[in-house]
Amino acid sequence: MNGLSRYWLPVLVLGFGIFVIGGAQADTGKLRLTGGVNSIDGVAGGGLTPWAIIGTNASAGERGVSAFATRVKPKDYALDVLGVVAGFNDRIEFSLARQEFDTKATGAALGLPGLKLEQNIIGVKVKVAGEAILDSDTWMPQIAVGLIYKDLDAGGLAPTLDALGAKQHGTDFYVSATKLLLAQSVLLNGTLRATKANQNGLLGFGGTAQNDYRVMPEFSVAYLLRKDLAIGAEYRVKPDNLNPSILGAGLKEDDWKDLFIAWAPTKNVALTAAYVDLGRIVPAIQSRKQTGWYLSAQVSF
Amino acid sequence: MTRLLITLLLAFTLGQASAQSTGNDSLYKAFGEKAGLTLLMDDFVQRLVAEPRTQAFFKNTDLSRLKTQLTDQLCMLSGGPCKYTGRDMKSAHMGMAVGKSEFNALVEVLQEAMDAKNIAFTDQNRMLALLASMHRDIITK
Ligand code: HEM
Repeated sequence: MNGLSRYWLPVLVLGFGIFVIGGAQADTGKLRLTGGVNSIDGVAGGGLTPWAIIGTNASAGERGVSAFATRVKPKDYALDVLGVVAGFNDRIEFSLARQEFDTKATGAALGLPGLKLEQNIIGVKVKVAGEAILDSDTWMPQIAVGLIYKDLDAGGLAPTLDALGAKQHGTDFYVSATKLLLAQSVLLNGTLRATKANQNGLLGFGGTAQNDYRVMPEFSVAYLLRKDLAIGAEYRVKPDNLNPSILGAGLKEDDWKDLFIAWAPTKNVALTAAYVDLGRIVPAIQSRKQTGWYLSAQVSF
Repeated sequence: MTRLLITLLLAFTLGQASAQSTGNDSLYKAFGEKAGLTLLMDDFVQRLVAEPRTQAFFKNTDLSRLKTQLTDQLCMLSGGPCKYTGRDMKSAHMGMAVGKSEFNALVEVLQEAMDAKNIAFTDQNRMLALLASMHRDIITK
């Protein structure tokens, strides 16, 4: 890790802020909840997976911005995320996020007490076809392609990741299709993500067991209860590149799932709560399933 | 879990197909038939001319004609015994430079008007689904 990598994110955020404050419109026009919430990688979508919709309230011909804070609390770990998203012309989305993963007792058990894994994440998404919300008479979904670049600071764990053959930066490429079935009040999303990430990048990218890109499917379904309230479920298939490793099956990872409820008390605020099941995370130390809760708050303009 | 999602998907697919083919008037009834739609459109148009994001468009509009046309249009779309005799959506909105943002503003105002008449959210969405795709003819900016 060179020292500079610690600074690029704050610098970008500052530039972002100046740019958006200069340009964001006061009265952007998207329907409530149709800008999605922020995934843990920052990208607009569900909680765990990107959607094809462009984040923020900005509709065609407008630019918008949103900011979010998320805490995920599975049994033996904690993940905090902060990020910002900018949307342009309902076509292009840029996102920046910073993740801090507290390894708690696992770090201590590995001789690294207080170990935190940090990721800086940049996302770019472009809508390429369709109109998820208003094309209520066709089956054609909105389709977007995107990439998510992640830069991991693994602290004292870095030598271990090197030994496991896991790189400390990586890029996911994805294509998402989102469709609102308005007459049924149902929103569906499917995403295919090409990734090398281990535990979403927190344990690096690739490994000696499996070092190629794998294409993983992810699904979300949401039911709109009111114009300001939605419930839903997500399922994200993950690779398992560190299984087996020098630790045997001790770094096996599982698919991620959640059940969520999202509430937008105003056009500019969205609160999401979820029950998450992140499967096993470093079962060599914590063998139980990492179930827990997820809370996220978003403001968007 | 994956299987559950697939089942859900199938259920929605079938639900959508049957909703389209039956052509019944349950939506028309849910909106209180012609009388209910007339009251709803009266209120809706009042709200449209009060709403800062849409009012400018209606400066020179004959509002009582607009209410009648909208009532007939929604009555017909929802399966009621009416005939819409106004212009097609492309000609009616030609040259107005309606943007997506204004279109969404109108949808929001309609949602407020439907809320005020206590129309169930699921029925609101069934109606909006019949209208939303008109964006292709109405949005020209
Ligand atoms: C799904 C959405 C919409 C529907 C179903 C709709 C429907 C209609 C109908 C039935 C008429 C009457 C046509 C006639 O008299 O022959 C009309 C006229 C009009 N609409 Fe829309 N409309 C929609 C969206 C919009 C939007 C977004 C705006 C602008 C914000 C708008 C502005 C107008 C205006 C100003 C007129 C009056 C035109 C005139 O005075 O000649 N409409 N619309």
